Amino acid sequence: MLKSQTGMEDGFLSSVGAEDSKMLEPPTKITALVVDDDTINQMIHHRLLDNLGIRNQVVRNGKEAIDVHCSGKNFDLILMDMEMPVMNGIEATRKLRAMGIQSMIAGVSTNTRERENFMEAGLDDYQEKPLTTSKLVSILHKVHKDG
Amino acid sequence: MERNQMRRQLALIRQSFFDQGFLDEQFIQLEELQDDANPNFVEEVVTLYYRDSSRLILNIDQALERNPLDFNKLDNYMHQFKGSSTSIGAKKVKAECTQFREYCKAGNSEGCMRTFQQLKKEYAILKRKLEAYFQQARQAGPLETACRSRN
Repeated sequence: MLKSQTGMEDGFLSSVGAEDSKMLEPPTKITALVVDDDTINQMIHHRLLDNLGIRNQVVRNGKEAIDVHCSGKNFDLILMDMEMPVMNGIEATRKLRAMGIQSMIAGVSTNTRERENFMEAGLDDYQEKPLTTSKLVSILHKVHKDG
Repeated sequence: MERNQMRRQLALIRQSFFDQGFLDEQFIQLEELQDDANPNFVEEVVTLYYRDSSRLILNIDQALERNPLDFNKLDNYMHQFKGSSTSIGAKKVKAECTQFREYCKAGNSEGCMRTFQQLKKEYAILKRKLEAYFQQARQAGPLETACRSRN
């Protein structure tokens, strides 16, 4: 449903190896939430998103992710870590879905054992850490295909 | 030393990190996130890594003094450590983390302790190398640190 209005972003997107770039909205309109307790991953994921022109916010655990939604904010994409203190990614994903949040939620983790549980909690996609630009671009393609 | 010479030397040093297995592809990912608006991104991430992981090392050292060892707790610490080490591309450190976790699963105290000593060595070696590298990079002046150009 989201289509590009102009051809401007094509050059940008093809430079990051994105196919079918005509289907994507100008990057600056997409918003994202990074949910991760690790400060290094926070920094990297924040920068990865910035680099693609995606405005983003960072929170430290599942509970903060819920709180930020309760405050009325909404995001096109949520990057959800799995293992976090206070509330983990599986529980947070379940709660967000129960709240009616339909944003694209991509699980980002190293814990392959829990992958199925994590997907069942309501993920749209799952990527192994560490995230890279190309993994992020493949997630973004999914955002628009399912839109 | 002349700038071009410094830059050539810097490129060689950088390549050696990969050739000798100290760093992997993930480090290049970080370099690619560096640009004019974020000229020190890699150094900032690495600095953050060494700051945060020093606390983890302390925790693990203390946990290794317990008798008997709490392998579950140790494994949790190491899971975190491995995560951040992976994120900066610290290949050798990451390998030691994996080994350590194997020993935790096997309940092998001696293996854990030995591996942790090795891990600390690799960690310190990488730190020295990267600190020297960043310092030299600053002296050489603004530089495209990644071999591939972004534009």
